[in-house]
Amino acid sequence: MSTSDRIDAVVLAAEPRGGPVARRDWRGLLSELPILPLSILVPFILIAVFANWIAPYDPTEPIPGAKIFAPPFWMPGGSVHTLLGTDFQARDVLSRLIFGARVSLIVGVTGTLVAGSIGTALGTLAGYLGGWTDQVIMRVTDAWLALPAIVFAIFLATMVGPSMWNIVIILGAVFWTRYARVIRGEVLSLREREFVKLAEIAGAAPARVILRHILPNVMNSAMVLASLTIGVVIIAEAALSFLGVGVPPPQPAWGSMLADGRSMLMVGDWWLTVFPGLGILLVVLATQLLGDWLRVRLDPQLRNL
Amino acid sequence: MIRFVIRRTLYAVATLLILSLTIFLVIRMTGDPVTLLAEPGARAEDLARIRIEWGLDRPWPVQYLAFLKNIFTGQLGISFNYEMPVSTLYFQRLPNSLELAAAASLISFLIGIPAGIISAVRVNTWWDSLGKALALLGLSIPGFWLGLVMILVFSVWLRWLPTSGQGGWRNLVMPAVALGWYFAASLLRLTRSSMLEVLRSDYIKLARLKGLPAWVVLAKHAFKNALIPVLTLAGVNLVVMLNAAVIIEVVFAWPGIGRLLYEGVFQRDFPLVQGVVMEAGIMVVMINLIIDILYAYIDPRIRLGR
Repeated sequence: MSTSDRIDAVVLAAEPRGGPVARRDWRGLLSELPILPLSILVPFILIAVFANWIAPYDPTEPIPGAKIFAPPFWMPGGSVHTLLGTDFQARDVLSRLIFGARVSLIVGVTGTLVAGSIGTALGTLAGYLGGWTDQVIMRVTDAWLALPAIVFAIFLATMVGPSMWNIVIILGAVFWTRYARVIRGEVLSLREREFVKLAEIAGAAPARVILRHILPNVMNSAMVLASLTIGVVIIAEAALSFLGVGVPPPQPAWGSMLADGRSMLMVGDWWLTVFPGLGILLVVLATQLLGDWLRVRLDPQLRNL
Repeated sequence: MIRFVIRRTLYAVATLLILSLTIFLVIRMTGDPVTLLAEPGARAEDLARIRIEWGLDRPWPVQYLAFLKNIFTGQLGISFNYEMPVSTLYFQRLPNSLELAAAASLISFLIGIPAGIISAVRVNTWWDSLGKALALLGLSIPGFWLGLVMILVFSVWLRWLPTSGQGGWRNLVMPAVALGWYFAASLLRLTRSSMLEVLRSDYIKLARLKGLPAWVVLAKHAFKNALIPVLTLAGVNLVVMLNAAVIIEVVFAWPGIGRLLYEGVFQRDFPLVQGVVMEAGIMVVMINLIIDILYAYIDPRIRLGR
């Protein structure tokens, strides 16, 4: 496909069904917003940001005088003081869920940022410079991709030791490889395009070509990848915390709450298991939906996937 | 073809070397492995004894060569806790993991492939939306949480299935569903997009123009070709499920490879952890090599193109 063909295809695909005029209309824009994912994500973000003000109790301290394993308030034995019940240390489940949202979102977003930055940087270098740089970076990428993500993450977490910021770095180190692959592929084709060739002929230094001409053109793909990675990172963090190599206690994380609730599953104390899982499910679902929306907006070629 | 096989094999060996170097360096750079082996607060002379016993007093390059030798002799080092070669432990657990992974694969096929085909054939109808919703839920519901909820519903409330352990099919159902869930969603997505691509191709149009019945076009012409990438993914998935079912195996107390890794983590048995991680990498590299060679055998464009 020649360049002009490709541009035509992109332009045609990017046009919304109602024609080009519809997009300038404010109400049209509003209806194009991803209402469902935002209506899930925004409350969670607000809860995470304002956790200190919203949470009724300290999530790490037992409530004086409260029972352990108290059920949610609507069940027999429940109390309106602890709306969603208490855990094995008589800590408030609702408060822990609220602070757990903070951990999940921070790890999800920053872990994805770390993975995206490493992957985009290495992918761009490999694709643009080629030769030995490309060979070395891609061999390392292949080697790291060969390990199942969760196995690699458990291995790193065991060696590095648990803390929230360690988990961020570990998950960044595990998930950058996908970016590197995709971005390198894009840079390989960008490198052959006229505007890059022209910049090179005009005497632009490699650093300038990469920063001004290549990077802005791979940002869309990086954004789409990021939106799809956040959910994976959040689930990976929950898995590590569930296994006891993630966010260390007493800091509340949804994964470790699931681990705490596991022993009481047999006697039917369902609230300790159901609520943290629903939290993960809703946040990940919303990021996936947002990712699908972004993909349609930013990357018309992927629209049919 | 032979040149292609040789080149791919060399790539695989290079990948494994980098992998082993990564694992080796991570262990040495993130702290002293002796402190991982010893009890917390061990005395200095104990630390020194362990250091010499495990050869950790030697220079790094020597240690790395010893590590490589261990990989090539197939021992993968000696587990600190079991005092047995890691490979022996690994292959003891392999049949259990294989049982679980095979059952999970079956479930992911039964859900993913039919749903993917229906989504593609009835594209942009509510069947398709249903398929998309299923794919979305597959990626959003963590498998281990699904497992916990299933235990709650089917073991605790309904008392239909045992909560954990290995035994007959009743023990296998819940872990297999929990493990296969995510992979069902990925198979669904791939089957759908692969079918859509094939259905758009000229030879399908020709088959329809010839007046073949719709089901013959689907079953004989479209499905067969759409299946190639799907089977590839299924092969890779099987190997990943074998090695990466850690959390599902912990939730259901399933004595597989994942649990071996988990035990290694908690018994501070770093030779075991390192060996299991390396073995997982070896298996994935091998399956990728086999798939590459099979593809090149089927499709000459691949072996001549590179």
